[in-house]
Amino acid sequence: MVWAFWLVAAIIIVSALGVVGFANLIHSALALAATFLAVAILYLFLAAEFVAAMQVLIYIGAVAVLIVFGIMVINRSGMQLSNPSGKTVLGAFVVAIVTMAVLLLGILNHNWPVTQQNPPDDTIAVMADLVFNRFLIPFEIAGLLLLVSVIGAILLAREVRQR
Amino acid sequence: MALDISALVPELLVIGLGLLLLIIHILQRQPVPANPIGWVAFLAFTAIALFVVWRMPVAEVTWGGTWLVDPLANFFKILFLLAAALVSLASITSLAGQSRFASEYFVLLSMATAAMMCVISAGDLLTLYVGLEFLAITLVVLTALDRGTAASEAGLKYLILNAISSAALLYGFSLLYGMSGSLVLGEIATIIAGGATQAWAGLALPVAIVLVLSGFAFKTSLVPFHMWSIDVYHGAPTPITAFFAIGSKAAGFAVLIRVFMKLFIPWAAAWVPALIVLSILTFTLGNLVAIPQTDIKRFLAYASIGSAGYIIMGMIAATRGGIEAMLFYAMIYVFATFGAFAVATAVQAQTGSTAISALAGLSKRSPFLALTMLLCTLSLAGVPGLAGFIGKFYIFWAVIDQGYAWLALLGIIVSILSVYYFLLLAKVMYVNDPPAESAIIRVMPSMRLALAVSVFATVFFGVYPGPLINLVTQVAARFIS
Repeated sequence: MVWAFWLVAAIIIVSALGVVGFANLIHSALALAATFLAVAILYLFLAAEFVAAMQVLIYIGAVAVLIVFGIMVINRSGMQLSNPSGKTVLGAFVVAIVTMAVLLLGILNHNWPVTQQNPPDDTIAVMADLVFNRFLIPFEIAGLLLLVSVIGAILLAREVRQR
Repeated sequence: MALDISALVPELLVIGLGLLLLIIHILQRQPVPANPIGWVAFLAFTAIALFVVWRMPVAEVTWGGTWLVDPLANFFKILFLLAAALVSLASITSLAGQSRFASEYFVLLSMATAAMMCVISAGDLLTLYVGLEFLAITLVVLTALDRGTAASEAGLKYLILNAISSAALLYGFSLLYGMSGSLVLGEIATIIAGGATQAWAGLALPVAIVLVLSGFAFKTSLVPFHMWSIDVYHGAPTPITAFFAIGSKAAGFAVLIRVFMKLFIPWAAAWVPALIVLSILTFTLGNLVAIPQTDIKRFLAYASIGSAGYIIMGMIAATRGGIEAMLFYAMIYVFATFGAFAVATAVQAQTGSTAISALAGLSKRSPFLALTMLLCTLSLAGVPGLAGFIGKFYIFWAVIDQGYAWLALLGIIVSILSVYYFLLLAKVMYVNDPPAESAIIRVMPSMRLALAVSVFATVFFGVYPGPLINLVTQVAARFIS
């Protein structure tokens, strides 16, 4: 199974590089969808089927599709038009490499606790218990966050129409 | 696990206020003007603040450790509610004439206040993170509400830069979770501190602390994480700018206190030097770059960055005295900063300008506004006799007590320099002639009340700081026992 993990990891890295590298925005969006799908497979490796399914439904089914719609509406296919600050590639590259080095330093130099337990058979029940009991408050706050986002989207969109 | 609703009552009341305003807005055919809603919001925020004052001494850990009600949380909740009440009053002036967004504006203001209250009561990393995102999204909408490209640009900038800071914060949280296997602050503290030296040797903990610190430094706009704040402060509606400067920043300091004093305190020797660098950069750059500014909102934005550099000194002391000083400064800073931004709001509502030159001869056009601006800015500068002086004294005392006399000395020198640019502002208001076509500036009753409260608090706590000092002493003693 280890080779499967490395294969998926490689797909994630290559497709994520594609997201920032492609000159055409639509290609970037498709690469993003591929990244999301590969991350969903990672969740399957962790025996988190429900999270994997949600990842596919929400991130590919909604987020990626929404991004493609957004690109269609804005109608600017080239990176140069949509991202004027995209010229500082070298600086961004250096910052990204340094950040990655620092994170790797932290991850590789720690004796991480590993659980010996088998994952539960019914992950949905465990998750439901966590979300609706112990972590009910953040769950409800997330609901309010969505409400505010909807209000904000309506407000700002109406503003544009009236202009 | 019993669902303990009683611990959530203040938050539910604020959320209820927001939803009530939303329902009223939907039921009304005509847009409701800001005047009645602003007063309703002000009265409701004040009432809820009094309710929290009444429940202040309560200390309980509920919802399996994910929700903390303690004097520290209640102190900051009172601060947020006061800020929201004052901002509601000032918003009546800024919204007068453009009533379209009045209801939604106060709905969002209530939600932002509720978000800050959730952030300070969060007992686990998940609630903390979701609360911070809730706050950020609400503030993005409030920022972008004004017409014009400056507001849209400010909103977009805040959205994107906040996402980056959230990513850093979240990465730090994920490392902490990986190390301890728990999201609850209390449990993480026990597990990590149990193997303190081992955890530190592994480098994952230092990286996590750096990431969490940079996330919080963004929220409190410490230099060099301040880049977003100037443009956002400039583009947002002026009362919302005040809300950013007093509410959002205080929320950042509140979680900083909670996470660093509860979780990271065993490794204080390692993160204090980082905070010293951040503090020196913040108060020098904030105070010196304020001098050449020609726009009052940018000027006050830099001044508020400077103040953040002083507040963070309390964390450098990392003692009970330091926390007391931070709480004291955060509270008096609310009134001084709000007063200054509120005067800018009143002038902007009449003249349509936020240039410092629009304040020329303000003492002749509105002596009350000029006096408020003078007292509030001098309090920020730390002139004796005003609350800001006691605040700075308290902060410097706490760091000197921990052997950082040189840092306090540097702070005092920069503080004296800052008096210079606040006096430049006073000169514009009191000596310069008003523009030729200028009229008397009309101040609405709501604005008068808000300004009077901030001036009264600034002078009162400058002359007689005893009650507030007693309060922060008790809060800090209950927090670090």
